Amino acid sequence: MINRYPLWKNLLIALVVSWGAIYALPNIYPPDFAVQVSREQAGVAVGVDALDAVSKAFDEQGIEYFGSGVIEDNKALFRFYDDETQLRAKDVAQRALHDLPEPHIIALNAAPTTPEWLRSIGAEPMKYGLDLRGGVHFLMEVDTAKAIEDRVGGMEAEIKRMLRDRTDRIRYSGVEKPAEGVLKFMFANEDLRDRAKSKITDSYREFDIITGEEGDSAFVQLTVTDASVREMEDFAVSQNLQTIRNRVNELGVAEPLVQRLGRNRIVVDLPGVQDTAEAKKILGKVATLEFRMEAQPDAPRSSTITYEYEGRDAAVEKDIILRGDRVFDAQVGFDPDSGLPQVNITLDSDGGELMHRATRHSIGRRMAVIFIETKTRDKYELVDGVEMRTQVPYIEKKVVSLATVQAALGVKFRITGLDAGEARELALLLRAGALAADMFIVEERTVGASLGAENIELGAISVTVGLGLVLIFMLAYYRVFGLAANIALATNLVLLVAVMSSLGATLTLPGIAGIVLTVGMAVDANVLIFSRIREELKNKMSPQAAINAGFERAFVTIMDANITTLIVAVILYSIGTGPVKGFAVTLSIGILTSMFTAIMGTRALVNFMYGGRNVQKLLI
Amino acid sequence: MVDISNVNFNFMRYRKIAGGISAGVVALSIVSLLALQLEWGLDFTGGSLVEVAYEQPADPQRIRNQLDEAGYDGHVVQYFGSDQDILVRMPPQKELTSKENATLGDRIIASLQKVSDSEVTLRRSEFVGPAVGEELTNQGGMGLLAALGMVLIYVAFRFQYKFAVGAVVALFHDVMITLGIFSIVRWDFDLTVLAALLAVIGYSLNDTIVVSDRIRENFRKIRRGNPEDIINTSLNQTLGRTLVTSFTTLLVLFALLILGGELIRGFAIGLIIGVIIGTYSSIYIAANMLMVLGISKDDLAVPVKEGLDEDLPQQY
Repeated sequence: MINRYPLWKNLLIALVVSWGAIYALPNIYPPDFAVQVSREQAGVAVGVDALDAVSKAFDEQGIEYFGSGVIEDNKALFRFYDDETQLRAKDVAQRALHDLPEPHIIALNAAPTTPEWLRSIGAEPMKYGLDLRGGVHFLMEVDTAKAIEDRVGGMEAEIKRMLRDRTDRIRYSGVEKPAEGVLKFMFANEDLRDRAKSKITDSYREFDIITGEEGDSAFVQLTVTDASVREMEDFAVSQNLQTIRNRVNELGVAEPLVQRLGRNRIVVDLPGVQDTAEAKKILGKVATLEFRMEAQPDAPRSSTITYEYEGRDAAVEKDIILRGDRVFDAQVGFDPDSGLPQVNITLDSDGGELMHRATRHSIGRRMAVIFIETKTRDKYELVDGVEMRTQVPYIEKKVVSLATVQAALGVKFRITGLDAGEARELALLLRAGALAADMFIVEERTVGASLGAENIELGAISVTVGLGLVLIFMLAYYRVFGLAANIALATNLVLLVAVMSSLGATLTLPGIAGIVLTVGMAVDANVLIFSRIREELKNKMSPQAAINAGFERAFVTIMDANITTLIVAVILYSIGTGPVKGFAVTLSIGILTSMFTAIMGTRALVNFMYGGRNVQKLLI
Repeated sequence: MVDISNVNFNFMRYRKIAGGISAGVVALSIVSLLALQLEWGLDFTGGSLVEVAYEQPADPQRIRNQLDEAGYDGHVVQYFGSDQDILVRMPPQKELTSKENATLGDRIIASLQKVSDSEVTLRRSEFVGPAVGEELTNQGGMGLLAALGMVLIYVAFRFQYKFAVGAVVALFHDVMITLGIFSIVRWDFDLTVLAALLAVIGYSLNDTIVVSDRIRENFRKIRRGNPEDIINTSLNQTLGRTLVTSFTTLLVLFALLILGGELIRGFAIGLIIGVIIGTYSSIYIAANMLMVLGISKDDLAVPVKEGLDEDLPQQY
């Protein structure tokens, strides 16, 4: 029978369309204005006391809220009916939680209102980009070249010191730096050179080592290997990543994004943040470390400072052995003998010297590592009878390690006796407090909340009007077939939204432009098919045969045309940054979904209307 | 309803005139691009941009004076959308370090706040470092070239090299004239316009492929007639579709231009120009090139392959 789809094809279409309808559904539930409360310490749930304090404060201030009391993913959410209440509520919550001993993060959030049954099957609304919800986007660049230069400089000093060693001195006649990352040690003869080479080979795996002769002197040339350059870059970047992650919490952002981009860049997206100057100030702060010996039991109190460590007091000496700017590296490693986790620490040469001096007579004593961060805290003061909030900076110091010295330490040493998680945590903190590679902002985009809301509104209007115009035109021009195309077009839009939602793709303003363009171009496939049907009818083909021929002959053309457009969209995605990528994503998804709806969807509808019957005239 | 499928227009009769006009316009565009360049937007030049909304109509002159007083060079102050919205653009300041330039936006906002007695709300603030701008320019150029190259390969593979040359010349034509118009009219050329340009490539290609597809089909099907007649027939057969698709696309693009707001304006304009030129070029450039290259039936002889017959129903 001509123009009948087999059952499985109809079922497939029904299946895809219902999948699309369900996964696009969460987008019709507008998010609530919400305030999110979480603990500053990661991984710790908000306590009931905090929840009670906030609810009580809201009741006292007459702030209407709903959907509270639920702690999910360690966070508590309070929802409000409008944005003004939300802003007021944030201040009130901040004030209420100020009196609690534990620090909390209070952030504005757009809480999804997706019904439970949808969430249980993983259906979530599309994420909005910063240009739609407002917020700050930073692109930071880490000065890795400088970091590597510093590191090589440090190694040069270490090697020199090693060669000058008192017990086994190897005299060198000079050091040259023929290129970046290359050190050339000159020696009076080959014997000295070979001894130096074997010593360097034993201690350093960061170099490619070549030897040679020049005039009447011999040399060892050390070139930092590509792998080591990468390692040093990675270190510099991961250190800055950690610093930013620590800082971002302080800004009170509901869903921050901190991500490495390429070799030496970091993307920071802070939805909802409006005060860029404040954000930059906070992100720019660095942490540091202090290494101190634990105080002797009989030491006078005036020469010690007491910190808390794992619930007990730990008194340390006032004298600092060295600070974080002498720490080059801290990595999690494993003891080659026992296989237990440890943290390997590398200092610069002066740091090694200081460490050696402090530890060689202190074997058996404990050494503390103290992590120091500048933070800000809210302070409430009465000014002319009105309570005002000011932000006061304070310095937080905490002991992150207290370990027994087992030998005289030098440039490289390790901290053992940790489990894997502790080792990771300690290495992160040590890195965050180590000498930071310089970082600067290379791109910043801030979108105000009002502009974001306006962009959503304008985008929605454009899509609606564009879609409406196309629907009217298609119906007028192709009549019954136009109706089939229109249903397919609407379905296409639903599928596009469903695919974007389930891929977790982010909707941006250029993305909306991509949707609008897709609406205009998606009908192309139908136009191709319908004009072909008209043509075949003119060639005196019977209606049923014309439908069949129209769909079949247009198919190859549609494929060719769409594949080339897809190629362009993929190139667009691969070269583009933020906004262009958003456009490329919607365009690509739109092409794919439109091919499905325009070819299979329309065919199914046309078959349903005309198929298997004796048709004299087509309304096309 | 008008049925354009009955039209029989001798397109190729005017192909030399059209080709001449196109060559002239492309040459003019290239001259303008070389002489005037493009009005590069912030994305490519680097610098800072701040858009604020005042509660009352703002006076750009007062803002300019304020910025002059503060010692900033090369600033552009203009209304953006309404007389309460002010857009300030500023190139990187020479006397500031790169770190200070990164916070230039914050300083501009502070200056703007001083001018007004009423509340000022920040709409957006952007900073692009000079290195990033340069990278984007290179990437954008590379993207255009890559897109053209990939298309050349795909079309040569799917059709025949003469079609590929036709398609790429048509794309080059469209991109050049669109860029030329942006250069002459001094519209801002930013990232969204670049995206529009790449979309134009996609759109124009779509058109060209549809026309080429029909030309190929007719060369194989129609036994009599010279290439000019066959191409004319093909163009007339696809004319209806070409116009309808361009029309629906232009419908949504005008909706976007009028309703989409200031930020999307450049994108919509770029695409509108590109769609119009792309529709024209698939007829007078791509098909024209086939004539110039002397397309013949021999170029399109069906490769004999077992089990592959054009007339068998396709499965989809």
